[in-house]
Amino acid sequence: MRTEMNDLHDARRLNADLDRIETEPYYEPVGGEVALFEAAWASRVPVLLKGPTGCGKTRFVEHMAWRLARPLVTVSCHDDLTASDLVGRYLIVDDQTVWVDGPLARAVRSGSICYLDEIVEARKDTTVVIHPLADSRRILPMEKRGELLRAPPEFMLILSYNPGYQSVLKELKHSTRQRFVAIEFDYPRPDLEARIVLTETGIDAATAGRLVKFAAMTRNLKGSGLDEGASTRLLVHAAQLMQRGVAARPACTAAVSLALSDDPEMLAAIDELASAVF
Amino acid sequence: MNWPLQCSRSASRSLHGQSHNVTKRTPLSQQELEEKLDDILVAALSSRRSAAAIAAGIAPLSRAQQDFVLSWAQVAAHNVAELGYQFTAQAPQALALLGQPGTEKWLLRALDVYDKQGLYPACAALKDLVGYKRGSDAAGEGVALAGVARVLELFLRGLSGRRLLLEAADDTWTDTEIIYLPGRIARYPAREQNFRLYKAIAVHHWAQARYGSFNIELGPVLADYPVPERALAWLNLLEAIRLEARMGRGFAGLAALLAALRPELPASLVPVHGRFLRADSSVADSVLLLREFYSLPLPEPFPYMGSLHPQRAAQVRGERIAKERRALYTELTQLRLKLQAGRAEAQEGEPELDAESSLETLEFELQADGEAVAPPEEVAKLLRSIIQDFGEIPEEYLLASGPGAYAAEAPPQGESAGGPAETRAAGGRLYDEWDFRRRDYRKDWCVLFESEALAGDPAYVAAVRARYAGRIAQLRRRFEALRGENRLARRQHEGDDIDFDAAVEAHADRRSGIEPSERLFVQRRRSERNIAVMFMVDMSGSTKGWINACEREALVLLCEALEALGDRYAIYGFSGWTRKRCEIYRIKTFDDSYDEAVRGRIAGVEPRDYTRMGVAIRHLAGILNQVEAKTRILFTLSDGKPDDFHDGYRGEYGIEDTRQALIEARRSGIHPFCVTIDEEARDYLPHMYGPASWVLIDDAGQLPLKTAEVYRRLTS
Repeated sequence: MRTEMNDLHDARRLNADLDRIETEPYYEPVGGEVALFEAAWASRVPVLLKGPTGCGKTRFVEHMAWRLARPLVTVSCHDDLTASDLVGRYLIVDDQTVWVDGPLARAVRSGSICYLDEIVEARKDTTVVIHPLADSRRILPMEKRGELLRAPPEFMLILSYNPGYQSVLKELKHSTRQRFVAIEFDYPRPDLEARIVLTETGIDAATAGRLVKFAAMTRNLKGSGLDEGASTRLLVHAAQLMQRGVAARPACTAAVSLALSDDPEMLAAIDELASAVF
Repeated sequence: MNWPLQCSRSASRSLHGQSHNVTKRTPLSQQELEEKLDDILVAALSSRRSAAAIAAGIAPLSRAQQDFVLSWAQVAAHNVAELGYQFTAQAPQALALLGQPGTEKWLLRALDVYDKQGLYPACAALKDLVGYKRGSDAAGEGVALAGVARVLELFLRGLSGRRLLLEAADDTWTDTEIIYLPGRIARYPAREQNFRLYKAIAVHHWAQARYGSFNIELGPVLADYPVPERALAWLNLLEAIRLEARMGRGFAGLAALLAALRPELPASLVPVHGRFLRADSSVADSVLLLREFYSLPLPEPFPYMGSLHPQRAAQVRGERIAKERRALYTELTQLRLKLQAGRAEAQEGEPELDAESSLETLEFELQADGEAVAPPEEVAKLLRSIIQDFGEIPEEYLLASGPGAYAAEAPPQGESAGGPAETRAAGGRLYDEWDFRRRDYRKDWCVLFESEALAGDPAYVAAVRARYAGRIAQLRRRFEALRGENRLARRQHEGDDIDFDAAVEAHADRRSGIEPSERLFVQRRRSERNIAVMFMVDMSGSTKGWINACEREALVLLCEALEALGDRYAIYGFSGWTRKRCEIYRIKTFDDSYDEAVRGRIAGVEPRDYTRMGVAIRHLAGILNQVEAKTRILFTLSDGKPDDFHDGYRGEYGIEDTRQALIEARRSGIHPFCVTIDEEARDYLPHMYGPASWVLIDDAGQLPLKTAEVYRRLTS
């Protein structure tokens, strides 16, 4: 028990400095999203990033945090995420009840960029705590402490959200979404996507082009049994495997097909598509 | 009529390898066999055609083989007596040639032919024993289209281009919307190789549609030659070479697949392949080359090549072009209006559209007054299809004036009767059905149509609620008690918040030198009832009158109770009239709330036709499986056995199909349950649903109250 408490102390000290991004994260702009983001940041308007998984939302946020030289606090949301996970809670440390800020409060205090990834995964009641932060008030009420945190001008809130999920349980409430300016992401154009795969992995241009072609084919299957086509991230995975000497077909199966579906017929069809280009 | 049942059971015994004790028995004499055959084949025998010859053929066989022949004869004769006759006549030879398992497969295939094509081709299939033997020898493992159709369809859809459907047919060809392929390929010994051939056929015909083999009028071209058939054959071959070269540019794997299956090109054709490697090669190039090659000897066609039917393809293409032009015109008019509304300042005239496109990638850029616009998905789809038909987007397609006269025309009505591809186009869905005699599915056997139920008297539900007001209040209270609530679990190792009582206690403990507890947190736990239930209501004719009234009342009470409980639920009715018209009526989907419209549809639940249960279960289980829930229940309200008009669904066949459908549902994680008022239910329901998954309510009047109660018990 003793050691656990020490860990807690260490944890509190540790996470303050982890948030700063030192080197430029590679990001290939697709359209006007960089300018749009900068304008939103300057106007203190929160941003909602929409788009399918693995198309570069998280990377974009990292890149922008680096560009704006702000620390980045990322929270990956899950269905057990409660409001106090975000805001903070009392812990018992050495005989005392000690308040520990949650990531959101930490970001507000330090004027960071707070990125709530896949916000729809969080419980509905959790999203409500961000409402006062996301409009002109820009405050975070911490009821348990009786404290009202006012966000400094540098603070920025970003949500990401994938509208492709068909589940009725995973829709963003209007009261939430209408507080944000939205930037829509999609898979990059083929030439750009090939360049991304090439830059990320160092694979040759011809193979990158084929991978992109393969991805486009799986995206044609969206709605015919696939919820999503292959994302750029999956292509990067496949290219990484190939760079390490895995042959093209098994790399596509491992990195792409199996990641997309469990349905044996669908898997067979995707593997056949890979065989059409490799 | 007990005999078929016993017989098929004995068949299943002997076929499942438990036949050793049977083999020791003495063979039946010719006389005994003839008597049995007379019984089985009675409808196929006449004064000129007796069972004696057949009996003589079977008599020398072992008893196990005799039993095998008799039981399968029963199965075949059950479809139609003539098939039984043909089977028994061929059986001794078949057993000698194919062995017992092979004989079984041979018969099953013939039964499949019977389902799809009728008696005559089925008899022909049985008679062609030698041909079958040759095929199955080479085949070792043939591949049936039904088994790979989905993979291939998905594969083609992934390759881009217009959506193509696959359908089994004797002739292999495409009309640019449907690809007709052989129902079965058994050309090679290994399954793998046969599948590759299927894939090659599909790819080759996909390429015909994708790279425009029919984009110029071929009829007059061919008519110019002295023997148009010869010209057609040459054109087919030249196109095959062109398409392979064309694919090689973007799909190296596809070109390699085709190249590996065809013989080496003769020297005269090698340069042709080279010429076709250009990015813009089109069918016109093949037509030009045709002049050069027409008189040369024709090489063997490639194994994946089918036939070309330029006239039929042209007809389909023509209809599609007209349809798509109209549709595009409508869509672009909308788009123009939107663009105009979005303009900053008032500009003269309508926005001018322009497009750049590429057949190679099917990509295009649409511009309005020189600026790129992103077209809606519908427009993009039309444009991609148009690019395939013309190689580009014809300029006149983007003119604002458009085909005005066309737009006014009503779209042509498609003909509904036809193969599975057309059935799907007409909105029906195909489902397999279990044939217990064959112990195999009949592929794509039932056609199911889903539609919204008609509304009934809007005042009906209110009247029922008034009548049962007291009972409903009682029901709601009982159901409310089941409702999941947030619960605070105290003294946890970890949790959402400090448990201050525990913390203070621990503090005090430490002070007084006692080791404090580590359980210092409270955890909020939501005991969610994560249940989705599908009510499947029997709307067959037999529910007419009193039973139907009780069913409707039961539905009202269920809805009231479930509204209190908060479980997600849907209500669908089912009925049908033969396998070609199975009906599902939507009364309440999972997304509908219990509103006026739903109440109206409940009031409108009325007896219709028959009870083909298996297909209804398969369809509704599919819907239920799309709902995200921890527990999924398929709750059937029924008044009797599965039954359908005419085609033998009644009785054991229907019960076994229903049972199989329920097994499939259970395998997918659904809990089936049945409430019935059929007093004979004890005889068949345990077999269908399993021992604890059904309830018999012997008085229909009790149905409304008991059903809700049964549901409560089921889920608490």
